[in-house]
Amino acid sequence: MIRSEIIRRLLATCLTVGALLPAVAPASGDNADESFFSKLPIETHGFYEIRAGYRLQNDKYEKDMSIMENRLQLDLFSYLDWGDLKFKGDFIGDLVEEQGDFDLREANIFARPTDYMDLKVGRQILTWGTGDLVFINDLFPKDWQSFFIGRDTEYLKAPSDAAKVSLFGDWANLDIVLTPQFDPDRFISGQRISYWNSNLGRTAGQDAIVHTNKPNDWFGDSELAARVYKNIDNYELALYGYRGFWKSPGGQNVTMTQATFPDLNVYGASLRGSVAKGIGNLEAGYYESADDLSGKDPLVNNSEMRYLAGYTQEIGRDFTLGVQYYIEQMLDFSAYKRSLPSGPARDRNRHLTTLRLTKLLMNQNLRCSLFTYYSPSDKDVYMRPNVNYKVSDSLAVEVGGNIFFGDYPNTFFGQFRDNTNMYLGLRYSF
Amino acid sequence: MRLISASVVAFVLGLSVPLLALEKAEQTSDVQTIVNKANLVAYYQGDDGKAKVKMTITDKQGQKRQREFNILRKDVEDGGDQKYFVYFRLPADVRRMTYMVHKHADPQKDDDRWLYLPALSLVKRIAAGDKRTSFVGSDFLYEDVSGRSLEEDTHELIHTTDEFFVVKNVPKQPDTVEFNYYNVSIDRKTYVPMKMEFFDKDNKLYRVIESRKVQKIQDFYTVVTSVVSNLKTGSKTEMEFTNVQYNMNLGDIFTERYLQRPPREAMR
Repeated sequence: MIRSEIIRRLLATCLTVGALLPAVAPASGDNADESFFSKLPIETHGFYEIRAGYRLQNDKYEKDMSIMENRLQLDLFSYLDWGDLKFKGDFIGDLVEEQGDFDLREANIFARPTDYMDLKVGRQILTWGTGDLVFINDLFPKDWQSFFIGRDTEYLKAPSDAAKVSLFGDWANLDIVLTPQFDPDRFISGQRISYWNSNLGRTAGQDAIVHTNKPNDWFGDSELAARVYKNIDNYELALYGYRGFWKSPGGQNVTMTQATFPDLNVYGASLRGSVAKGIGNLEAGYYESADDLSGKDPLVNNSEMRYLAGYTQEIGRDFTLGVQYYIEQMLDFSAYKRSLPSGPARDRNRHLTTLRLTKLLMNQNLRCSLFTYYSPSDKDVYMRPNVNYKVSDSLAVEVGGNIFFGDYPNTFFGQFRDNTNMYLGLRYSF
Repeated sequence: MRLISASVVAFVLGLSVPLLALEKAEQTSDVQTIVNKANLVAYYQGDDGKAKVKMTITDKQGQKRQREFNILRKDVEDGGDQKYFVYFRLPADVRRMTYMVHKHADPQKDDDRWLYLPALSLVKRIAAGDKRTSFVGSDFLYEDVSGRSLEEDTHELIHTTDEFFVVKNVPKQPDTVEFNYYNVSIDRKTYVPMKMEFFDKDNKLYRVIESRKVQKIQDFYTVVTSVVSNLKTGSKTEMEFTNVQYNMNLGDIFTERYLQRPPREAMR
């Protein structure tokens, strides 16, 4: 049941790394009153978590259990004179997939070689842009499956194997991220979440797992992302560029047996700063679907413009409200319509609003939050209620849900109607 | 000739005007000097500084919670704007989170605040909040830690003992705060605020902040242990400062770059 071979090998690797690090890291901390463990050059932290969740309705294509797993995260950090070393990985016992797994979240080296340069190389989590759970210029991999089955929001960000170079100047700052081999999203494949399958013209799940043809060549199928940014009187202005692929399948092959990741270039900009009593943000991006510039190819996504405006404000003590408006606009809609083989068509514009409410209670130990996506054009809703209570400094318990509504079976959130689930989590941090 | 007479006039005027003014305004200018000095001692020692902070929150039932973080501070101007980093060490679930504040002394201008969440690698901008909100779930309020602008209260010297100036502070906008007024006992020798007593809308004492231990560090008087007691909830929080250091000559590090990866000074 458990892929013990892999686990054993990984454990051995961890132990080896663990044994090597103290030898190369300088001894730190000469504070006499600190314990022996805090003097070790490796900071060891992490958590152990149990998480269980069920679908609230029957789903023909998936199990009733939406999530059932225990997870041990180990987070090791050490530093040398010239840089920092970071290792973070999760050992997972997954009862839904009936297997053990290891998810290496981070394994990287960070260095600050000069006053004007930072460097981070290895497996890392990358984020930029101004949206709240809405992404335009952040084309780093996401894990939508984890997001929808009720894992911690941390898992929405999937790791990248990349090199990030940051240059800092008086005029502006520049980040360049090179991912030598394409890192796609951990997209909805039918494995854990049922979805609308347009080829079959119906909802599908484990009976029709999405098979992909992923651009896989080292350096040949690389991704390049860049950001130029500047802070002007605490208004944060940024320009973005990306050259790579649609991160979730954006097309399919001619025989319609495999989903593909067509070429994608993105150019965008964002602005964030104080507005009235709160924080406002604006972001836009041009998605150039490079394999189908005319929009005529029904097997490849149309080019798009994407726009976002957001505002967050504290509306009471420890009570925050955030709203966003987001638009996805297909740029070659008539070509798309003409070439569409059959089945329901998309709208030219997809409108999406989001609402976030967060309230802290009981000395900030109880956090109640609700994040809601609502699309007036697709007529669908996705709600993420969550209540998290810190029983003590190390123990937290949480209850939450992923609730989908929709008038149509094929819209962005409406297709997940049968996946509505509730979960319970218990986490011990160390 | 002309030059000399002009300067004589200036000299005479310069001396006589303050003398006249002083008689009328002795009380207010005196108390203003005291609160100004106390404000500088409490929040603006040196040009910059760092400290390791340990907080222990003890609730009515005796249950304890710990917070540990490092603070880096740099003054833009004495008595004026400041910049902060708060780098969390404990509890484990917030470890490595970093909080950056560009504090504005002008009460009309909200502070700029950012939070870096390392697990998501996310730089989050935080909306300006009610400053009378708990700081990291402790009995200290955001404003106790960053300092309340002197311009928000009127100040009156109500007692002078051998040891203390006792200053009564009344908010100019009473509906924005939960207290009616507060008294501060300021050490006459060092100008360190030793005790703050907050009175509620019924003029009943409900909240006390005491400086339990003061040390002279690099010629600066520094409160190294302070305790806040909430008499209404029965909860209290002790805050201890160690590894205090001033005038480290911190550069312009209060930027997104160092928010994502704090300088080594902040981590040790």
